[in-house]
Amino acid sequence: MVAQAAPSELSAAPARPSTGLQVRAWLARRAEAVAIPVAAAVTGFVLFGVFLAAMGKSPVQLVEIVWRGGFGSAFALGNSLQRAAPLLFAALCVALPARLGLVVIGGEGAIVLGGLAAAAAAQPLAAMPVPLAIPLMALAAALVGAVWIGAVGWLQAYRGVNATISSLLLSYIAIAVANHLIEGPLRDPTSLNKPSTLPVGEAFMLGPMPGIGVHWGLGCGVIACLAAYLLMDRTTLGFAARIAGGNVRAAQIQGLPVGRLIVGFTALGGAFAALAGFFEVVAVQGTANGTLAAGYGYTGILVAFLARQNPIAIVPVAFLLGGIEASGGLIQRRMQLPDATVLVLEGLLFLVVLMSETLYGRFKLFNPHLWAAKSRATERETARGSTPAGPA
Amino acid sequence: MDSTPALPRAIGIETIGMTKRFGAHAALDDVSMKIERGGFHALLGENGAGKSTLVKCVMGFYAPTAGTVLVDGREAEITNPKGAQARGLGMVYQHFTLVPSLTGAENLVIARADAPAILDWKAQRAVLADFMDRMPFRLNLDRPVAELAAGEKQKLEIVKQLYLEARFLILDEPTSVLTPSEAEEVLGLLRAMTDRGDLTVLMISHKFHEVETFARSLSVLRRGRLVGGGAVGTLSRDDMAALMIGERTVRTLAARIGDADAGREVLRVEGVTATDPSGLRHIAIDSLRVRAREIVGIAGVSGNGQKELADVLGGQIRATAGRVIVAGAPYSGTRSESRSRKVRFIPEEPLRNACAPRMSVSENLAFRAFDRRGDAAGGPPTLWLDKRAMAARARELIARFKVKTASAEAPIATLSGGNVQRAVLARELTDPVDLLIVVNPCFGLDFAAVSEIRNRIVAARNAGAAVLLISEDLDEILELSDRILVMSDGRLVYETPAAAAEAGTIGRHMAGHH
Repeated sequence: MVAQAAPSELSAAPARPSTGLQVRAWLARRAEAVAIPVAAAVTGFVLFGVFLAAMGKSPVQLVEIVWRGGFGSAFALGNSLQRAAPLLFAALCVALPARLGLVVIGGEGAIVLGGLAAAAAAQPLAAMPVPLAIPLMALAAALVGAVWIGAVGWLQAYRGVNATISSLLLSYIAIAVANHLIEGPLRDPTSLNKPSTLPVGEAFMLGPMPGIGVHWGLGCGVIACLAAYLLMDRTTLGFAARIAGGNVRAAQIQGLPVGRLIVGFTALGGAFAALAGFFEVVAVQGTANGTLAAGYGYTGILVAFLARQNPIAIVPVAFLLGGIEASGGLIQRRMQLPDATVLVLEGLLFLVVLMSETLYGRFKLFNPHLWAAKSRATERETARGSTPAGPA
Repeated sequence: MDSTPALPRAIGIETIGMTKRFGAHAALDDVSMKIERGGFHALLGENGAGKSTLVKCVMGFYAPTAGTVLVDGREAEITNPKGAQARGLGMVYQHFTLVPSLTGAENLVIARADAPAILDWKAQRAVLADFMDRMPFRLNLDRPVAELAAGEKQKLEIVKQLYLEARFLILDEPTSVLTPSEAEEVLGLLRAMTDRGDLTVLMISHKFHEVETFARSLSVLRRGRLVGGGAVGTLSRDDMAALMIGERTVRTLAARIGDADAGREVLRVEGVTATDPSGLRHIAIDSLRVRAREIVGIAGVSGNGQKELADVLGGQIRATAGRVIVAGAPYSGTRSESRSRKVRFIPEEPLRNACAPRMSVSENLAFRAFDRRGDAAGGPPTLWLDKRAMAARARELIARFKVKTASAEAPIATLSGGNVQRAVLARELTDPVDLLIVVNPCFGLDFAAVSEIRNRIVAARNAGAAVLLISEDLDEILELSDRILVMSDGRLVYETPAAAAEAGTIGRHMAGHH
């Protein structure tokens, strides 16, 4: 018998693996992170095609309409990008807490409150110069959102309340509070059949970004995604958050301030979601009203999961989902389908994406480091099995 | 069932050419062994030697790739555990399989495959009383299992198998949850039953003294093969160890260098009381002191407050009274305190408690020092993550601590238990350590990893660290400690210098006899 590690150590392998294997492993893992979500999205679309076929509609026509309504013309592109802007922020409200292992699905409430706070702040700030007032309105929105979703984190960290449930319930409360204020104390008396707050005023409205004709929320959203990526991937704060998300006991034993990390990252996510509401008010609606609760918070959940909680990947995914939502009206009119059809598509996508989470690490192609270790171990066992028996 | 005759006789088992392959890996390779009626046979081997695979093949959990089982000399095709039970084969697992909220009697009755849908408890009780009269085990069957001590639960597990008419009993490390005296009692009773010819026992064990005291014959497995065996007494302990381990150079424990530094008391726990989050378990530690260059071992049966003590020291739960003092100042386990006072905490089950399983080996190795500039934990704080330094440090630690991994970027969950523990030790023991708190460091690890990890702990001690070792493995406590304390029912009940330690006395205190 050869002097060797015990057979239980299946992962035994040379301590210094070849750099070739390391590079391959690195590439393969990156490829896995792209290939599986893309395959899941394609599967979701195929299933939706089956659904359409069952309704007697043509899946091919749907593809054509989504293309024309979402991406085919400058107008369609602009519409898609305009819808992508709040999705960027809303998805960050899911992705940041997700790194700590929290599933926060109440971004919608923070969006509504953020928009309302921005509109409400516009009145006392009316006398201020625009370059000062607009950041202050954004700050007011962000603070409200941070407190709202930060409370979700606080409840989870210090009172053990499940963040998914508390964020969902707080979202309903937020929408109800906002409706109450919009229809009551903050109502613009002249808004008759569509209760709204007082308009923020023409001076406080943000124009389009030069060149692409889409409001500044898009640019700020992309910048927010980049900043969130740097925070999560390149700072020690982000690394600490990932440890806490990877194993809260290990983080506690390392003495990391898990509670503060949870509150901090949920609050930051809430601030981002609230900025979506801020931009809806100052760049699109001009007032805070019921249309703030348009479902961006919920679509943002889908965006974050499709992007695998990666802030960079949120950008293209939000663009794609923005396009699908933009083509919703056209689908309704041209295919005589109810407007809930887009929700069916989003629901199917979400289910498939959630199911695809179980596939990571299962494919030899994407995990050569895992499989190399296993096959080496089996080779060794085979070699041992063919040698003559040991002393009996 | 009401007029059961005398216990049916024990049965003998023989395996012929038993082989089990998982893919190309042969977990069990051509094992033929015979256990006579009324025998008490011990099965020895390291982790992964194939002991569990063998008994699972016999019990019908696994379909063997090749080989047959003979029951009383006749070929028996056992395809599932039910079939094994029908033939009189029973197995007691390492973990308990009783329903905690039901009483012993209820557990026994529901275990029967032929239990009627409506139970006549009066009749059942009479049957049970009659059955228990013929059992050597004394048990109160009317108490809920949750209230039973580990030893009683283990007895109930055995009684359950006998009640199900098992005449061949397989025990998988039956004494790992018992105190030495409980173990002695249970095994002694079983041995007496085999002596009377009522039962045949096959016992998986790691403990040589148990094997020598209770078994009549033994077999040793190594890497799936039967490498030796015979009657107990014909093999010395050295022979058995040599068979188990094979021709591998085993590192002996590093020598202790120097004595405890009497003047430097690093850890002091005074009058600490605490309650675990469930509110059920309380600890009260009057006084616990650990000096520099000293290993203090805390022995105890699992669940006597060791976990809560470790949690207080690690800052997981807050003490309700008293003080924890490290290097002369109060200590609550924050990151800055543990950094400035050079305290390291190595919890039990490192993959579950000290690592993020899906993060890479390299990232896991960085947990302690990632927020400091430079490659040591002593540098100034930094907000920017230095990934290059992290990777370089990981490569160095992997090489220095011989962590076997396919790549530094592989998720740490893909490593074997020994290598996860090596990685955790690499992370925690690289810079100077003043206080090391370590809980069950070698639980579930194989022989080679165990000796290496124990050496690292002794080396830390020799370098001047105060070491608090909390372990449920008494051999480990005896091997490593300079001073031994026993924890029972949340209190430290006994203290002895290791040189004067006596396993029997320690065991008595572990069992609650003070």
